[in-house]
Amino acid sequence: MRMSIDHWELYALMLKSRLFEESITQLWQDGLISGEMHLGTGEEAIIAGVVAHLGEHDAMALDHRGTAALLMRGVDPVLILRELLGRTEGLCGGMGGHMHLFSRPHLAASSGIVGAKGPTAAGFALANQYLRPGAVAVAFFGEGAMNQGMLMESLNLAAVWGLPVLFVCKDDGWSITTKSETMTGGDLNDRAMGLGVPGVCIDGREVSAVWEAARQALDHVRSGKGPYFLRARCVHFEGHFLGYQLIRAVRQPVREMPKIAIPLTQSFLRSKGASLPERREGMKKVLAAVLSTLRDERRDPASDPLRRTRQDLTSDLPRLNSLEDNAKSEIATIIALALEDAAS
Amino acid sequence: MKTMSFTQAVDDALSQAMAADERIVVFGEDVPLLRRDLLVRFGPKRVRGAPISESAFVGAGVAAAMAGLRPVVELYMVDFLGVCMDALLNHAAKVEAFSGGKWTAPVVVRAPCGGGYGDGGQHEQSLWGWLAHIPGLTVVVPSTPADAGGLMLSALQHDGPVIFLEPKLLSESWLEFLGSGGRRNVQYDVPAKGAKGPVPRRWEPLPFGKAALRREGQDLTIVSVGVGVHRAMEAAGLLQKEGISATVLDLKTLAPLDKAALSEAVARTSSLLVVDEDYEGFGLSGELAAVVLEAGIAFKYARVCTRTTIPYARGMEDQVLPNVERIVTAAKELLA
Repeated sequence: MRMSIDHWELYALMLKSRLFEESITQLWQDGLISGEMHLGTGEEAIIAGVVAHLGEHDAMALDHRGTAALLMRGVDPVLILRELLGRTEGLCGGMGGHMHLFSRPHLAASSGIVGAKGPTAAGFALANQYLRPGAVAVAFFGEGAMNQGMLMESLNLAAVWGLPVLFVCKDDGWSITTKSETMTGGDLNDRAMGLGVPGVCIDGREVSAVWEAARQALDHVRSGKGPYFLRARCVHFEGHFLGYQLIRAVRQPVREMPKIAIPLTQSFLRSKGASLPERREGMKKVLAAVLSTLRDERRDPASDPLRRTRQDLTSDLPRLNSLEDNAKSEIATIIALALEDAAS
Repeated sequence: MKTMSFTQAVDDALSQAMAADERIVVFGEDVPLLRRDLLVRFGPKRVRGAPISESAFVGAGVAAAMAGLRPVVELYMVDFLGVCMDALLNHAAKVEAFSGGKWTAPVVVRAPCGGGYGDGGQHEQSLWGWLAHIPGLTVVVPSTPADAGGLMLSALQHDGPVIFLEPKLLSESWLEFLGSGGRRNVQYDVPAKGAKGPVPRRWEPLPFGKAALRREGQDLTIVSVGVGVHRAMEAAGLLQKEGISATVLDLKTLAPLDKAALSEAVARTSSLLVVDEDYEGFGLSGELAAVVLEAGIAFKYARVCTRTTIPYARGMEDQVLPNVERIVTAAKELLA
């Protein structure tokens, strides 16, 4: 809980998370991590800008993308990685995996059920009100989750009970493979306000903007004024999860496009069904998803929160280089430790 | 004979029905991508995406069915029914009874189910026992492409709510989407005959409540659904080498349950081994024992089911889900 912003500290947090998740990507590509793998690459500024303000007893309700938050909160990365590798020595004994990471000492719980972070954060906040006055709860979720009833109900519950909850909406504009704007009525900040929860909408790629907004938001929440809604826009470089079909199609068109295009064309041409204009409308919708992936800001390096923060630190290159070298060797040690154990 | 993969068969039967019946509409999360082949043939009025709001769109599917449509409502996974159980438990299942039999909700809820690809205990459950527990719901769990297509056609013609479960381990497209993500270096123990198989030239509806005898033997009767049927078949093959001959009965639908076929198959061998990927307690395995007891048949009994939360770690998961080794051991102990 710092009073003044420290760009070096925030950059270090983000870089560690980025390098860690890049290693996870490699391990996933190598087939050592099973199932789905949702990364936080692209949203590091949001997580760092919020987590930097958390103190002892503050709780976190995390979504299926919770690795970055746990790492920045101080959970042992070797234990996280062992969990992802499905090791019994992992953070959750190999039972949870990356979508279901739990750390009791940090009051941090994850869930792969969209929207479930609302009720969880409300309950953590309620317990904190009784047992650890002054401590708060933070819910991290995406804008797609804002259409889930339990999250909307939690905003209301937190408002009427005056619970110390910071609702952090990481808005990347995509609900899995669907553009969120096509599935969301009204404005999300208005929606929160309509349920009695004030908030702001900021650029979540700017760590200093997040840090400042989170400072004010947490002041509000800690001072007993009730919940607050912090919406921060970001991108996810890998889409919803690793191996995300639309991004694969764009990155490896020769390999991936025929698998999509051939059955699609056959179906488009089959007799019986809708009129030609209706079929064209359908085809437009499919193509729009691919085209918006081709054009979207996930492919723009300017969307990278680390790159933005780094630019501000190049004035002291020796310090920057040393920070980056240290981060790299720290991550290399973590990976080696986790894998070394796996081999034995 | 044509051959098709499991999900291809479901979609093909669905498209045959959609071509014949304009009342059939399809909606759910990411449906424009997941069912894109249906979207470009039937258009966005009949195939549409829904927000991540299961309570709203499943509940709306139930009422739209009451009001004349034949919605196929798709969920990402059966686990997510936890979010919107009210729509099924207190509404879909109750309409016919509450209206004195004068009104029904012919909605099909389509949901992938089951594990075997390391996605963790919140994304790999089966839950059919939980659903079949509720009077008023039809619960379908096919184990082959031919059954999947034929049962989907029946679901679309049925005059009440149907939960149509697709084991992800049998579905090439779900395993690709959720499991491998395009990786070629990850493998799963996929039963070949469940993942791909012969299908009819034109789909005909298959009756609900009609189990299939997959294999006939004299010593014991193994009963299962979905992936478990294939595990049971493999185990039966191994048992045969040790001189034990097993019957394998595939229930195909849990509600309605083919009680006659079950009792007959158990009566012939006087022993029942249930293989159930769903949870052991208060579920399908206990129900089958009760049905056979009620029929007045004396028999020996064992079960191989999922007893705990499904672990994320692949090695642990393979032990927790019913596997061939556990089935073989249980069969030998039963007959010892």
